[in-house]
Amino acid sequence: MTAGMRASSGGYVVRRVLGRIVLYAGICVLTVFFALPLLWLALTPFSKHPSYQATLSGLTLENFRKLFDNPQTWPSLRNSIYLAGGSAVLVIVLAALASYALSRVRVPGRDQLLYALLLLSSIVTGTAAMVPIFLMLYQLNLLDRQSGVILVLTGGLLPAAVFMLKDFVDSIPRSYEESARVFGAKPGQILRHIVLPLIRPGMATVGVWALVQVWGNFLVPYVLLSNPDKQPAAVVMYTFYDAGGQPNFALISTFALVYSVPVVVLYLFVNKRYGFAFQGGIKG
Amino acid sequence: MTLTSKPAEAEPTAAALPGAADVVQRARHDPDVAGLGRGRATVFVAPALVIVAVFLVFPAIWTLYLGLLDYSLTGATAQDPSFVGSQNYTDALSDPVFTKALYLTLLYVGFSAVIGQNILGFLLAWYFRTAPRAVRSTLNVLVLLAWILPGSVVAFLWQALLDRQNGSLNALLHTTGTAWTIDHPMAVIVIFNIWRGAAFSMLLYAAALNTVPTSHLEVARMAGARPWQQLRDIVLPTVRRHVLTNTLLITLWTFNDFTPYLLTGGGPDHRSETLPVYIYKTAILGGHLGYGSAISLLLLLANLVIAVFYIRLLRGGDDESALRKAERKARRAEAAVAS
Repeated sequence: MTAGMRASSGGYVVRRVLGRIVLYAGICVLTVFFALPLLWLALTPFSKHPSYQATLSGLTLENFRKLFDNPQTWPSLRNSIYLAGGSAVLVIVLAALASYALSRVRVPGRDQLLYALLLLSSIVTGTAAMVPIFLMLYQLNLLDRQSGVILVLTGGLLPAAVFMLKDFVDSIPRSYEESARVFGAKPGQILRHIVLPLIRPGMATVGVWALVQVWGNFLVPYVLLSNPDKQPAAVVMYTFYDAGGQPNFALISTFALVYSVPVVVLYLFVNKRYGFAFQGGIKG
Repeated sequence: MTLTSKPAEAEPTAAALPGAADVVQRARHDPDVAGLGRGRATVFVAPALVIVAVFLVFPAIWTLYLGLLDYSLTGATAQDPSFVGSQNYTDALSDPVFTKALYLTLLYVGFSAVIGQNILGFLLAWYFRTAPRAVRSTLNVLVLLAWILPGSVVAFLWQALLDRQNGSLNALLHTTGTAWTIDHPMAVIVIFNIWRGAAFSMLLYAAALNTVPTSHLEVARMAGARPWQQLRDIVLPTVRRHVLTNTLLITLWTFNDFTPYLLTGGGPDHRSETLPVYIYKTAILGGHLGYGSAISLLLLLANLVIAVFYIRLLRGGDDESALRKAERKARRAEAAVAS
């Protein structure tokens, strides 16, 4: 009996140790898996001989000088800021108005409508809708115009934005607005002085989310804009090739880094300030 | 709704103000506490609805109509598109390139999203609960970076990673000269998408795992349950709805993902050409708008079938848990009677 117990506890220890080894090996493999592609972005921009190789062959800032001398760099980043900023502002304002009204005023079939739009938006925003959107903008004379891109992107992002923000508004107790009303505040005053400050964190989260989505979007501007001067950074990055089809590594590597930094900074900002957890946005 | 406990606090002030009791009384039944009213609420919702209707719902419906036309960007049919009925659909279904693209899309979604991202995301969230701080934050940052970096950047990072002569992967594995995107294009885009999207599942499951009551886990641990037993009997039933929601979202996103095009261009020889890439090539590059629309509609239908399937699973779960609850109640009643 005691021997049996000892044997089984011995087996338990062996299993535990083996389990630990497997676990740590797995963690190491995962870390390498996630870090390896990123290595190039961290090293190549500072390399003296930038290539596909992710090594540092002599530290230099020469590549950045080349990037900033390139006539396409600043306009494309400005285009990105314009597209992302414009869409984000539209999304925030429209989503805030809609989600507040939907959260506080009873509309029949509201939840079904929101779910249907959310599903539709996750389906339609991709390639599937590119043909009709292309034709529609052509008819509306919005093709090759940045405002057209902003409207299309806003339409695609709005359902999810309203969905997330409505959830946020739902979680705010009504008692604040109620007591303001008891003391005779007008609806406009309640909205400005009570509701707006309360939902600002939610608006910030949704705004940054929209900004990041548009900043990284390649397909929509690629298809809808034909003038290279209007293209955002996501598309321009793919034009840094020489006549032989060889990538210009000095430009691409530095451009990728400069273009990525705002997204990471914004993410860190929201994460620190409000926490990017799914406070509700997506519930089971 | 959420008001149930609040009016009690508001009542004393309400009594002091004439007419205020009325407001509170009404607020209890009407959630519209700011006094917005139907009219103003409509004005608030209208702009968002208009944009969504014009730029999202309308294109989706138009796809239906365009799919029935012989319509190209160039040539005779550009000026005068003719009605061809279901011709485009029968063409698509008999085109081996289309059926192959559909098959590859299902493989891509199944392996990279439903299996890959889902399981890796869950494992990461599960491991992070007890992981040492340093390991957790390092891995967390790397996984999140893969998710938040712009698509064009990560596509190029992977081109560099997989490059034949100088790529880091060949350097690490000592396999210089292996052209991964040509030899194994599907494996490349599947693994790429797992790398790219695992963060979303990780974040969602991390939030979901927080909802599992620790007391239940403690009881299970004291009763001698192994970790995987705890996982199976306590954690998975609790986060079941999260698993379904997550799977639905990542399935739809992956289905419509265009990034494979930036990695392999659909090639070589259509071997990694998923439906979005196929649509882009035929409709936008090839200019066959009618045919492209017909395929877009088939893609939308496939998405719809998946969405309905998941939503039915979600609903089914409700009935089941209700049943279980009723059973538990019955058992408790029995026990009470017995004692």
